[in-house]
Amino acid sequence: MASATQTEEFKKLNKCPTGIAGFEEITGGGLPAGRPTLVCGSAGSGKTLFAVEFLVNGAVRFDEPGVFIAFEENEVELTENVASLKWDLNELAEQKKIYLDHVYIERSEIEETGEFNLEGLFIRIEAAMNAIQARRIAIDSIEALFSGFDNESLLRAEIRRLFRWLKEKGLTAVITGEKGNNAFTRHGLEEYISDCVVFLDHRLIDQVATRRMRIIKYRGTSHGTNEYPFLITEKGFSVFPITTLDLDYPVSTDRVPTGVERLDEMLGGQGYYKGASILISGTAGTGKSSLGACFVGAACKRGERAIYFSFEEAADQILRNMASIGIDLKPALDRGLLEFRSVRSTTYGIETHLMMMLKKIDEFQPSVVAVDPISNLTSVADIREVKEALTRLIDYMKMKGITAIFTDLSNFGRSLETTETAISSLMDTWILLRDIEINGERNRGMYVLKSRGMDHSNQIREFLITSDGIDLQDVYVGPRGVLTGTARFTQEAEEAAETLIQHQKIERLQRDLQRKENTMTSRIQELKDAFEAEKEEIRHAIHEAEARARALNGNKDELERMRSGTRGAI
Amino acid sequence: MLEANEQNDGINDRGDFWELRLYVAGQTPNCVKAFENLKKICEKELKGRYKIVVIDLMVNPELAKGDQIVAIPTLVRKLPVPVKRIIGSLQDTERVLVGLDLIKQ
Repeated sequence: MASATQTEEFKKLNKCPTGIAGFEEITGGGLPAGRPTLVCGSAGSGKTLFAVEFLVNGAVRFDEPGVFIAFEENEVELTENVASLKWDLNELAEQKKIYLDHVYIERSEIEETGEFNLEGLFIRIEAAMNAIQARRIAIDSIEALFSGFDNESLLRAEIRRLFRWLKEKGLTAVITGEKGNNAFTRHGLEEYISDCVVFLDHRLIDQVATRRMRIIKYRGTSHGTNEYPFLITEKGFSVFPITTLDLDYPVSTDRVPTGVERLDEMLGGQGYYKGASILISGTAGTGKSSLGACFVGAACKRGERAIYFSFEEAADQILRNMASIGIDLKPALDRGLLEFRSVRSTTYGIETHLMMMLKKIDEFQPSVVAVDPISNLTSVADIREVKEALTRLIDYMKMKGITAIFTDLSNFGRSLETTETAISSLMDTWILLRDIEINGERNRGMYVLKSRGMDHSNQIREFLITSDGIDLQDVYVGPRGVLTGTARFTQEAEEAAETLIQHQKIERLQRDLQRKENTMTSRIQELKDAFEAEKEEIRHAIHEAEARARALNGNKDELERMRSGTRGAI
Repeated sequence: MLEANEQNDGINDRGDFWELRLYVAGQTPNCVKAFENLKKICEKELKGRYKIVVIDLMVNPELAKGDQIVAIPTLVRKLPVPVKRIIGSLQDTERVLVGLDLIKQ
């Protein structure tokens, strides 16, 4: 017998699915099958609901009928309480899938004398089990026994016997227990249940309630040890989003247009990566929401689905404001492609916000999500918690290939780049919007601070919000610095005038040059003419002189001849 | 299994008649002791005015739910009303009498 049990121990631990959204992920498959699990927490932390959901899911989805032993509520109360979650316990009871037994113990009606045991309870549980061939059981909450009987040591022995007995019967059990002052349960039930202990917490931080769950121990299996936030919604428990415990998701090389053509150009010509997370930060009024809405609007125009989470404005207000700058989101809303979710950040705790966003994303299956702005979340949690929540949100969206845009309001008086360092590491692309104040006016400037995995522009662009939408302009960069707005305009005009003047000057100079050249040419001609004239004259003179010289020579010969012997004639 | 044990001999008015149920689970020492103690007390204090029904839950487990039985043995005073419960082997006679409203505390 002992060896048989040992072999059982060494076998891979069987898990019993709870059907609670997200719970299987943190426990690697559910509760330990055939063993008791202690679910403890303070009043109102959701213990009973956990137990009921465990049974209902078992009955409906896993074909495992279950017994509910209720010490605190009777059958009618319990049925009514869970009816709001659309669980019909009466029907399940009729189908023999759930067996409800209310164990009523009223201290004032009981006199104790002599020895006793809790065999009556055992017999009742066994009868209930046999009635429906139960595979699961929930006991809520066995601690009621402690207020019903005086003899505590006897009670403890009996409770220990009960859990051992449940284990022998092979039932997967959920036992609830009220949180004690210094222990997980008021009466130390954890002493008896060592297989699995789940702690539910419902605490107030800065007047905001947040529900959290923690697996305190789970013998024989690895499990997530963090505190996991959970929600109790109209569909029951939701533990989210434990799905990404590591950085392991498919990445895409597909690109998604930003909705602003020139911004696409700045991002390597094609826009964001699909599945990327984009941070748009800037001071108030720099156009963060507009850029976000522009992206969402563009996605809807392509026929994609989008969710716009707003912590500042109501849906109608966003619609109106965006319509005024040429971003018409109404058709997308009407077609059901776009969904707004506007809620004040202070309404819930950060975890609840996160849960609700994840739930919405899960239901709506968008390809694009905008969160506007994340800085409001810091009003309900410190930056570390916000970062943690955003990490989970981003991981979840990355896994689903959802492109997400987050706006962030930078505080005045602090450097733009340092405020978000806590979250910027989560972001793939970071676009900074800033206002540039020169010459008595404010203009918007934009630049891409980082964009992982793509060639992106290092230029500052002027960000224009017009009634036709968003446009980017090159800023004027010149000897007097970066100029925007009218200063840019003025500068450009001045420059144009300057250019014109220069042009004119050049033309003038060229004309001067031409003129000079002409003058020179004409002078040369004049000189040439004069020279030609002189040359002619000189030639003529030479000619004459030669003729005279010849004539003189002729006379001389005559004279010689006459003076010589041939004087005959004298 | 219902087991009528001691029958009344004279009919008294209803308020003076004691209907007692003793829930047991098999023949455990505590159960046997409880029955013996109860019978002794009844014979002494309620002779002729009581009825004890012993219910063995090993035989009729479904009956545990109706009378909200958790502990074994449990004595339930069905009559006179209000319903009273005494659990244990009924060793302390005085406490049993208090529990049955036969003496004031």
